[in-house]
Amino acid sequence: MGRITLENITKSFGTTEVIPPLDLTIEDGEFTVFVGPSGCGKSTLLRLIAGLEDVTSGKVSIDGTDATMVPPAKRGLAMVFQSYALYPHMSVRKNIAFPLRMAKMDPGEITRRVESAADVLNLTDYLDRRPGQLSGGQRQRVAIGRAIVREPAAFLFDEPLSNLDAALRVGMRLEISELHERLKTTMIYVTHDQVEAMTMADKIVVLRAGHIEQVGSPLDLYRTPRNTFVAGFIGSPKMNLIDGAEAAKHDAHTIGIRPEHIEVSEAGGPWSGVVGVSEHLGSDTFFHIHDTGLAETLTVRAGGEVGFRHGDRVSLTPRADALHRFDDKGLRL
Amino acid sequence: MARAVTPRRKAVNTALAWAVGLILFFPILWTILTSFKTEAQAIADPPIFLFFDWTLENYAIVQERSDYMRFLWNSIIIAGCSTLLGVAIGVPAAWSMAFVPSKRTKDILLWMLSTKMLPAVGVLYPIYILFIQLGLLDSRVGLTVVIMLINLPIIIWMLYTYFKEIPGEILEAARMDGAGLREELIHVLTPMAIPGIASTVLLNVILAWNEAFWTLNLTAVDAAPLTAFIASYSSPEGLFFAKLSAASTMAIAPILILGWFSQKQLVRGLTFGAVK
Amino acid sequence: MATRHSRSAARLMMAPAVVLLLGWMLVPLTMTLWFSFRKYLPLRGGDLGFVGFENYGRFLSSSSFWPAVQTTLVIVGGVLIVSVVLGILLALLLDQPIWGQGVVRILVIAPFFVMPTVSALVWKNMFMDPVNGILAHLWRFFGAEPVQWLSQASIPSIIMIVSWQWLPFATLILLTAIQSLDSEQLEAAEMDGAPPLKRFAYIILPHLARAITIVILIQTIFLLSIFAEIFVTTGGAFGTRTLTYLIFQRVLENQNVGLGSAGGVYAIILANIVALFLMRIVGRNLDA
Repeated sequence: MGRITLENITKSFGTTEVIPPLDLTIEDGEFTVFVGPSGCGKSTLLRLIAGLEDVTSGKVSIDGTDATMVPPAKRGLAMVFQSYALYPHMSVRKNIAFPLRMAKMDPGEITRRVESAADVLNLTDYLDRRPGQLSGGQRQRVAIGRAIVREPAAFLFDEPLSNLDAALRVGMRLEISELHERLKTTMIYVTHDQVEAMTMADKIVVLRAGHIEQVGSPLDLYRTPRNTFVAGFIGSPKMNLIDGAEAAKHDAHTIGIRPEHIEVSEAGGPWSGVVGVSEHLGSDTFFHIHDTGLAETLTVRAGGEVGFRHGDRVSLTPRADALHRFDDKGLRL
Repeated sequence: MARAVTPRRKAVNTALAWAVGLILFFPILWTILTSFKTEAQAIADPPIFLFFDWTLENYAIVQERSDYMRFLWNSIIIAGCSTLLGVAIGVPAAWSMAFVPSKRTKDILLWMLSTKMLPAVGVLYPIYILFIQLGLLDSRVGLTVVIMLINLPIIIWMLYTYFKEIPGEILEAARMDGAGLREELIHVLTPMAIPGIASTVLLNVILAWNEAFWTLNLTAVDAAPLTAFIASYSSPEGLFFAKLSAASTMAIAPILILGWFSQKQLVRGLTFGAVK
Repeated sequence: MATRHSRSAARLMMAPAVVLLLGWMLVPLTMTLWFSFRKYLPLRGGDLGFVGFENYGRFLSSSSFWPAVQTTLVIVGGVLIVSVVLGILLALLLDQPIWGQGVVRILVIAPFFVMPTVSALVWKNMFMDPVNGILAHLWRFFGAEPVQWLSQASIPSIIMIVSWQWLPFATLILLTAIQSLDSEQLEAAEMDGAPPLKRFAYIILPHLARAITIVILIQTIFLLSIFAEIFVTTGGAFGTRTLTYLIFQRVLENQNVGLGSAGGVYAIILANIVALFLMRIVGRNLDA
């Protein structure tokens, strides 16, 4: 079990309020991702759930019991840290066994669990090495192993992939998703990378300055962002936001259109501009269009290879049904 | 800054450095050599450098006449116990300041440092009179406590700078793994900090061993350590070079050996982390 | 960052150290202050009552006060100059690639580990003895009249002994500081055509400025209270009576506790002025 509820919690460091009053429920078995720019309070929120920080006010419950004043050691949660936080003086085996040793588990059972975790995570050959002798990806796996052996109520991940290189990051992302499919345990995952959020989450919590901007499934957030912040944060490349006369035509203060919802052609569209930098990815091409009279640049995505060059004047057609409208406070209309 | 230099330049530098090193070390070397001479050879004119009749009799005489072992034992007890006691008090304090810092941590650290700056002579009489009243004068317990106190700021500072280098996330990981405060200190922090703790012990044993103001002023016979033992040779009847040398060699040898192991720590310990 | 839980644990674990140091500071300090306002002669009548600032005035106006201050300043200043200047030169030398660097380092450091009573005694007898000392032999070898070191040149002798003990400390810290200098800076300067002397003046020396300040401050604090070196060599005679030694004599030899305590208060104030500068540097470093 692992249903976590936060009721009206706040957190202040001295006089600075990092988390204004906030409510959130994470259902049992859910893969929840906290995402937001750095300094948005996502890590603090995770640490409040972990018990590594006290809430200033409010209530944290785990499976219906009030855990607000329970020390981290007694909350039954496991955490994977950004720096992995492995014990450098212990072998991989001892690292993974540590939480079980702390729980005073029977040595035979410890060995069994450590070996089965090592098997799952492909660490069997490294059990007697020290963390210092492992690669980044292996260390990450040890940290995960240390978390899974004690069968916690929920896993907390604090930007676990940010120290890995791009290729490894994709691989580990899949492994963690796979792990969640298999264990069906609640996972809370903090990241600033919206791609990780979109690909892994059942539920995304978008945070800004301690506030929850929106909670929803990845596609909810993509299709119906509640405000311009979420609209700009979720989706890659970013949604184009257009103010002024063009927006007024649609009875809005701001309109948003995603790069993939604009068609680029030689002529015939309502908008036009000059091609700046083009990024050719093979499967897609991203054009950065200037001099549209709408915004500084518009980003446009075209499928496959399209033959426009730097300096070409092109015509743009937005898909009318994919237009997002926002009011002067940035809220969705 | 190791840079390539010509062999010629390296040879010149080497000769120069060795010359300076030997000059600085010479008083120690000369003391050690003289301790193996007879009294006559010790004051021979011109001085004899190496070609004398090596003898151990000075060591035997010194031990017999002044009961060297007792002073040595006092030095070991006082330096050892004051350091261990200081570390036992310092580890929890340094843990607190390194891992649970608050707004006042910096002030507390600096205040602790300031107690180290208190000139001993300014509080000589109060300590002296307190010692008399508490029956601690010329006792190993009293001296151990005083030396522990004068070194405590250094102990805490050194441990603090070492602990600061341990990432807090590892201790948090231990907490998440179900370790209580005691387990966190015993199974995680202490093993990781062993090198730092060892350096702290080493440097403070040296400082305690060489402490000469309080040991001279608060001891007479029973608790006198080697510093006082050597000072007793300054009286005229002690003026025999060979015996003086033997006594000196015995007093400094143990600490010279320890000191050679602790050069790096010396910098950190005595500059309070300000020079790295 | 932490929880109420760990914060209260932290306070508890810090308590013994704080209480002990607080006691160690406050109790004797209060007593010294108390005695300094009283006429207190343990062997000649005991506590003769409150005398206001008389002890402070008498300590300042006594014929031995100003010479003691002067002696203190000369000795501290002399040792500082010798140890810092030679320390910089030695650190530069030891920073060069040489054969047997480890051994040379050990030879240079060794004097710092010699207990003060031993170094004082060894220098006094085996080196500075006017008949049998090494220096006397050396002088005679060159046909000169041996010097009565500790009586005729008492202050330079003491400076020499103390410098010998503290030079390793200065060298070691300055060497550590030099080694932390980014060699690319020097290489860049070399590429820019700066000759060695200019490189030293414009890059190495400014880089060392902080370390030099720290060496000066720390040594000053220790040197202001040197005791054993004087106790063993001259016993304060021949113009070597420093402030520390004067107070020691007033308190323990003359048993004039009131007067000595007033002197002690002066010494504390003096040390605190130096300490203030040191703590500002150390404190700034804590923030970094």
